[in-house]
Amino acid sequence: MTVKEMIQGADLEVKAAANCLDTEVTGGYSGDLISAVIANAEEGNVWITWHVHPNIVAAALVVKLAAIILISGRQPEEETVKKADEEGIPILVSKQPAFAIIGKLNNMGIMGEK
Amino acid sequence: MKLVTFRADLHLHTCLSPCADNEMMPKAIVNEARRKGLDIIGICDHNSTRNVAAVRRACGDGEVAVIGGVEVCSEEEVHILALFDEEESLHQMQQLIDVNLHGENNPEYFGEQLLCNECDDIIGFEDRMLIGATELTVEEIVENIHRFGGLAIASHVDREAFSLIGQLGFVPDGLEIDACEISTLHSITESRDSIPQISNYPIVRSSDAHRLEDIGRVSIAFTGTSPCAEELSRALHGENGREVVL
Repeated sequence: MTVKEMIQGADLEVKAAANCLDTEVTGGYSGDLISAVIANAEEGNVWITWHVHPNIVAAALVVKLAAIILISGRQPEEETVKKADEEGIPILVSKQPAFAIIGKLNNMGIMGEK
Repeated sequence: MKLVTFRADLHLHTCLSPCADNEMMPKAIVNEARRKGLDIIGICDHNSTRNVAAVRRACGDGEVAVIGGVEVCSEEEVHILALFDEEESLHQMQQLIDVNLHGENNPEYFGEQLLCNECDDIIGFEDRMLIGATELTVEEIVENIHRFGGLAIASHVDREAFSLIGQLGFVPDGLEIDACEISTLHSITESRDSIPQISNYPIVRSSDAHRLEDIGRVSIAFTGTSPCAEELSRALHGENGREVVL
């Protein structure tokens, strides 16, 4: 499944890098300790987080994430959007809290075992 | 001007922090600091400066000097130490925290938050939930600490929880912290090896003591003309022959 297909299926709003949505999603990772994301998430994963700080883009680049999903309607900081646009890391916003959006992604076949 | 060496533990909690022992009272802290041979103690409770004055009075004109401070929790749950020389600066920092910190403490779950005088009498209980996160970003906290004339130190960067590196993965671009603090958990070499990025910043070590016996467990020495935050800042920047010895 591509990022674009995931957006359509999970009702996500695109906040940055709208031209980089063709990446294949390999799975998901959730957590708000960015050091743990860097250590555990895998290339092509989508990352579900509460963080809106610009450092999320740097972490996504290190891991080569497919996209970042912000939960509960959280809005990315201006600098975060700017960086994400520059680096081509899609930032997507879900109105739902983490538990609900992860459940939905699981039902769509996006899994996370790590 | 003659430089003197000061031994400092810059990060102590008092009984005002919900997670600290209730015996962390002003006189008791000062006595313990003296016993451990410290010249300077930094008082940094979670999101509150309200016991600093009592510890300062407990010191009187004695051999231990107090640097007033606070450990602010950012919205990303990163802890930042703010150290100030001026009462007015502490007051400004507190006002900023108060409007950005919400919730009421439940002593049963988080612990009591005791306000004391210099004789170790309890004079009140803080109702705000000091263990909580403010709505301030790390950038806003560091910027305001500097605006109020203080020093901003990233707390225990070698720890996973509540640290700049743990929560945010890296020191954010352009964040002007004055130093990174390494906890009692790891040596400086271990920390530099596991987090190479911190080599770009001055390093301090402090105990983050929540119990009397932990005061001075680790500390730094720095050279300067007087035991204050401004001289510490000069030592961190190596000004005019001043230095920090780890």
